[in-house]
Amino acid sequence: MPVLNATSRHEVTFRVNGTERTVRVENRMLLSDVLRHEIGLTGTHVGCEHGVCGACTVQIDGAPARACLVLAAQAEGMNIRTVEALAAETGRLSVLQQAFRDHHGLQCGFCTSGILMTLDALLAAEPDASEGVIRDALSGNLCRCTGYEPIVRAALAARDTLRKGGN
Amino acid sequence: MKPARFSFVRPQSRQEILDALTEHGSDASVIAGGQTLVPMLNMRLARPKVLIDAARLPDLARIEEEKGELRIGCAVRQAQLEQLPNLVSKQPLLARAIPFIGHVQTRARGTVCGSIAHADPSAELPLCLIALQGKVHLRTRRKARTVRAEDFFLGMMSTGREPDELIEAVSYPTAAPGTGFAFQEIGRRHGDFAIVAVAAVASGDGVSLTVGGVDDVARRFDLGAGRDDGLDDALNDIAWSLNARDDLHASAAYRREITRRLGSHVIHQAKAEAARCQS
Repeated sequence: MPVLNATSRHEVTFRVNGTERTVRVENRMLLSDVLRHEIGLTGTHVGCEHGVCGACTVQIDGAPARACLVLAAQAEGMNIRTVEALAAETGRLSVLQQAFRDHHGLQCGFCTSGILMTLDALLAAEPDASEGVIRDALSGNLCRCTGYEPIVRAALAARDTLRKGGN
Repeated sequence: MKPARFSFVRPQSRQEILDALTEHGSDASVIAGGQTLVPMLNMRLARPKVLIDAARLPDLARIEEEKGELRIGCAVRQAQLEQLPNLVSKQPLLARAIPFIGHVQTRARGTVCGSIAHADPSAELPLCLIALQGKVHLRTRRKARTVRAEDFFLGMMSTGREPDELIEAVSYPTAAPGTGFAFQEIGRRHGDFAIVAVAAVASGDGVSLTVGGVDDVARRFDLGAGRDDGLDDALNDIAWSLNARDDLHASAAYRREITRRLGSHVIHQAKAEAARCQS
């Protein structure tokens, strides 16, 4: 059976935002660091590094997950989506991102990419998500600036726009 | 906040997982979801020399319904159980407890058996396994055995698993007709570990209360089928029989009070549901 020894770097191949990437890293490198330092996708932020704050939330195989709780060695074959994938083109925000801008859903912005990835997955899976469901999903992302109310307003506005067929 | 070095083993079959466990024993940890283990690696509270990846084998990621049980393989994620069609009728206690486990972002990756293996005294899945009198299925290269939940959890983050054993699956009994279930917990914030968590199971034969977060393991109490007038005394006895402690989050007295009040609440909820089922 394949054994990846502790002291060498090993090739790990996965998809990020639709592109197959291969990195050569130690087993113990966290996916959050792989994305930032090996691939240069610095939109994924690193907060607590033990799964509490949600700043590093990305989508793995379609579901929101903590990038700091995934080891590089586990990432083989994963399909990963980061905040960089949300805007279809540079300078044009997604519906969800625009709603955050319109409703002051961020202040310092540190938590925002994680929150966007949580809500993007939620609204894809549950286009009619209630405010309660949205608040429940947001409980996994800490924000110390906004008090959450503008974030909830932004999420509800994005939900309504997407339901009307916006993109 | 970065893990120490470890070797990473990618078994291609259950047999290879068992071979790796035989070879490495207590130097190894099995990893599937990693939602508890990776924080411990990051904080270096755990420093296994070898990690054995159990997440990639489809055979181990199955939920099987057999003989009145949900048998949940060791790679089944919590979200997979949460989304099982009709879970609320198959086992209402699980359907009601799972939303309290961490957050949607951790349930997407965390496994059911990983929570059982970790044996946190305030975790919901061990509590439900004890409340429902479920079983843990263990296997080594040489033998397999099944342990009752109440015998498996030995203390705080301590179980009867031997170093060369894989928790192959756990079995939660499905709901028997005419049985009522209730679950509640108190935490500082939604998704935090519970300060106190309680589950009640009521049927014509009586009612049981299981309390987590107070003692070193979740503990189950049979309260028989008696009338409600002795309930307050029984709950008080339960609260004082638990080894409640003061810590950063709550005092022992607060934990006993929550045990009494929330215990009473879930017992009445479970009894009412059982009565509705029987009428």
